Amino acid sequence: MFDLIIPFLICFPFLMAVILLCCGKSKFGNIVSYFGAVVIMIASVAFFVYKGVSGGFAFGQGMYVNTEIADYVILAGEILIVLVVTFLSFKYKRAWVSLLSILPTAAIIFQEEIAAPEEIEHIYIDKLALLMIILVGVVGSLIIMYAVGYMEGYHNHHKEVQDRRNYFLALLFMFMGAMFGFVTCASLIWLVFFWECTSVCSFLLIGYTRTEEAVNNSFRALWMNLLGGAALVVGIIAFYNYVYPTLSFRTFLMVIPQMTSFLGAVSLLPVFLMAFAALTKSAQLPFSTWLLGAMVAPTPSSTLLHSATMVKAGIYILIRLAPLMAGNVVGTFIAFIGGFTFIAASLMAVSQTDAKKILAMSTISNLGLMTACAGVGTAETTWACIFLLLFHAVSKSLLFQVVGATENSLHSRDVEDFHGLLYMLPKHAMFMFIGITGMFLAPFGMLIAKWSALKGMVDGKHILLILFIVFGSAITSLYWCKWMGKLIAHPHKEKKVKDVTHAGEMISFWVHGLVMILLCVFLPVVSVYYVDSIIAGSDMFNTNGAAIPASTMYILITILMLVFIVPLVLYASGKNDHSTEKLAYMGGINTGKNNGFVDFMGEEKTLMMSNYYFEKMLSIEKLMKPAQVVALVALLIIFSMLGGYSIGGMF
Amino acid sequence: MYKITRSPWVMHYDGSSCNGCDIEVLACLTPVYDAERFGIINTGDPMQADILLVTGGINTQNAPVVKQLYDQMADPKVVVAVGVCACTGGVFKDCYNILGGADQVIPVDVYVPGCAARPQAIIDGIVKGIGVFQERLEKMEKGESLTEDKEKKAEETAESEDK
Amino acid sequence: MISGKLISAICYVLFAPLIGGLIDGIGRKISARMQRRVGPPLLQPFYDLGKLLHKDPIHVAPSQNFFMMSYLFFIVMTGGMMFLGMDILMCMFVLSTAVMFLYFAAVVTGSHYSSIGASRELLQMVAYEPCVLLTCIAFYMVRGSFETAEIIKGDISPIVYLPGVFVAFIFILTIKMRKSPFDISTSHHPNQEIVKGITSEIGSRNFGIYTLAEWYETVFLLGMVALFIINSNPWSILAAVVVIALVYFLEILIDNTSARVKSDVMIKVSWAVTLVAAGFNILVLIYFLG
Repeated sequence: MFDLIIPFLICFPFLMAVILLCCGKSKFGNIVSYFGAVVIMIASVAFFVYKGVSGGFAFGQGMYVNTEIADYVILAGEILIVLVVTFLSFKYKRAWVSLLSILPTAAIIFQEEIAAPEEIEHIYIDKLALLMIILVGVVGSLIIMYAVGYMEGYHNHHKEVQDRRNYFLALLFMFMGAMFGFVTCASLIWLVFFWECTSVCSFLLIGYTRTEEAVNNSFRALWMNLLGGAALVVGIIAFYNYVYPTLSFRTFLMVIPQMTSFLGAVSLLPVFLMAFAALTKSAQLPFSTWLLGAMVAPTPSSTLLHSATMVKAGIYILIRLAPLMAGNVVGTFIAFIGGFTFIAASLMAVSQTDAKKILAMSTISNLGLMTACAGVGTAETTWACIFLLLFHAVSKSLLFQVVGATENSLHSRDVEDFHGLLYMLPKHAMFMFIGITGMFLAPFGMLIAKWSALKGMVDGKHILLILFIVFGSAITSLYWCKWMGKLIAHPHKEKKVKDVTHAGEMISFWVHGLVMILLCVFLPVVSVYYVDSIIAGSDMFNTNGAAIPASTMYILITILMLVFIVPLVLYASGKNDHSTEKLAYMGGINTGKNNGFVDFMGEEKTLMMSNYYFEKMLSIEKLMKPAQVVALVALLIIFSMLGGYSIGGMF
Repeated sequence: MYKITRSPWVMHYDGSSCNGCDIEVLACLTPVYDAERFGIINTGDPMQADILLVTGGINTQNAPVVKQLYDQMADPKVVVAVGVCACTGGVFKDCYNILGGADQVIPVDVYVPGCAARPQAIIDGIVKGIGVFQERLEKMEKGESLTEDKEKKAEETAESEDK
Repeated sequence: MISGKLISAICYVLFAPLIGGLIDGIGRKISARMQRRVGPPLLQPFYDLGKLLHKDPIHVAPSQNFFMMSYLFFIVMTGGMMFLGMDILMCMFVLSTAVMFLYFAAVVTGSHYSSIGASRELLQMVAYEPCVLLTCIAFYMVRGSFETAEIIKGDISPIVYLPGVFVAFIFILTIKMRKSPFDISTSHHPNQEIVKGITSEIGSRNFGIYTLAEWYETVFLLGMVALFIINSNPWSILAAVVVIALVYFLEILIDNTSARVKSDVMIKVSWAVTLVAAGFNILVLIYFLG
């Protein structure tokens, strides 16, 4: 019975989406959304627990060999997507974009029709898929719960935007459905469908406000993602015709290493094309701009795109491909692009004052790190990649939500305006603090993942990547620290802020915060019982034992826990300590409050402190183009190398 | 009981002086006089200073500044007035804007006369200040209030002015 | 073996302040002699610390107190982990956490001097962090382990393989020890543009804690220098002491002969040195070891 949960998880969100679309503008949509989110969360957690209890996570399971009806549904879905894209691209006078949808879909349908009938599993559940399910299920549902409250505040605050919140929520549900399908399907045809589905959902979400900027940005996101989809299709067709005639993703992963020895570069071409598609989806350079443009949409959509879904779909594919990329030219180039994105995006993040832009740049840069890890493709770096994915999803989701809620109350999302947020919106500041520490500081798992990534890269002797990471992580700490400093700084002026955060939003914050802390405490357990066996499992590396010895990890965690506990203990114990309060030093002209001084005319002036941003050196306008060129050149080199070999090999 | 014999950190405040005494204060730090022999450090920060060194008289504009700097210093603290201007107002005493010496706003413990005060005298004044500092520290550790001490000092100054 | 490590870690916690204070005292004395002064007594740093701890504790923001205590704790932990023979890369991560607490203690006051100092402290971190991480990685490449207990076990001193990394590390040591020309976040001398920078609002007991943390950090950093020298031969410890003395003398010489630079110059220069010296060294190492 529990196996039915997979089709349920895929179909139920789509069903909820349809119901929501039927709701029109009624408030009924809120209840439907809460209900749907709770059901999805419970279902995914229950499935996870059931799997853990029944099989001890020890097996992969293939299902649904005979799926004729579902195949037709998928076919209809594909055609529907093409129609939607074509209609919208003609409506907004960007007809060429429709080609990127029509041609690949036609090609894949044609391929499906001419393919010899074969018995393949369409759904395959292994630990990686299960991990993604619970991630998408929990984080995604929390985002929907948050979205219900958020949209209320959003539409009160932005009167100019047409209120289509049920449509928005429907898109979020659809997105989740597509993600569930994407991570569980084992048929390449289905993979393409769910891939396009997420692309189109994100396109519609970004264009929600229908302003000119939103339309432009949504089309940028669309064509980039469709380009990736096209690469995916070409990769699949090339694989079917020149490497091995099957449409099973599992077989794909298994035969390529065996084929490489006598087919050479031809067998790497599909891997590269798939990885290329993942690069577009994960917003790696040169495709990073679409994720930045996605900021125009209401916060829940950016949260969804940045945390557990969309961009993580690319990383998921890369993790699957990691063993195929280890030590070959594809892996080297993918890792290079990832590492390069890591450092370039973190440099650009330094110059940003807009909180959402900082988060966006940091997402891109962290995805770069994950891409680099997957590209290196050893057991250690893949372990790191999975943990980075896990921690990044949770803390980024939390950060986006808190920033969105803060913006609704504070009417600004400029980090400079967060000065002294701790005194204005203490809860928001606290959750922001947790989220940021989760991104880069001890005791959270990001740090251990980074540690493991570095170790793996040194072992693989990837000097360039090492340099990217050591310089990149220094810059990463700079922009996060700047932000944290702002939160706790003494406020410029007494300012009363009305907290308009909904209960649903608050619940989501608490759950996120709790999950972060639990993940951190139980990191060794998660690693030993779960992630290690993803790595060591027969599908991936066939290594025995852990990427990082459990003993090392326990010691590290114990020590890192101190980072958590000691300040708390010191805070509690030092509270009643005798200490005299003094005014801050301002050359003796302090007004008596620490945020003002008396000028030479005897007038009181407010003291404003601001951070360094290096806007002249590091602005996005200045760095993005050159960075894109570098990444593009890298892509062209690898493409011409593989293309040249493949064409040479075919004839 | 902790004995502080040689670690006076000094903050130097220049009131409305002619800069003569300030030059002499800085001369104390040069290799010739080398005030660091006694652990004297010229710190620019009231939070870390033990001794407030005032040169020049107090005028209407800098009176609150001197008061604030003095308040920012941690107890126990000592004030040394360097030069005749800081002691009494000196040649500027009758100027329209001058209130008088440093003791007009804060309790002064050691007066170092001279125009300008000689570096030897300044160092001697600071070392004398250490004695006062030690006394206050003992008082503080016994839990006695230091403010009484300051009030008494202020009364004394007032008396001496009356004379 | 474990007990040996434990003893060395306990020794570090107990005696590092003594050694650090003494090194500080020697440094001040040498500096004074370089300037043809007599200088303070050798034990002056201890007198200062004693005084600071006996003054009335003050704060500008109440949370400063616990931030400073956390700072001290994590600095001690960093060194303790190293002397326990643990993972050196983790030590560095804990060290940057410690620096974060110092940063918080400064910005929480909202004072402009300490806020600017704190921002500059972050820039300093950006300047030295890559080199510090590369140093750890270089040790790993030579010894095959991040654990200090393993690093000191080889037959040949790591410095033989890592001359470039050593040079780069000495270079950023100037930043880490807050010596001129890179003392941009705080200054040991008065009357500068940001008063005492990041420590401006830290007085009496908190400043004592800060001083103590500095001493622990000095010993930790010089311990890192020693890692370049120490091998399985016991006599190498003596050599390490000599090298540490030379390095420390060099730092004081640089401190006394150079003027402060701007922060962007600091970042550019230290990154260039890191890339050229350490990066090239590691490249060669990959070529020969791989």
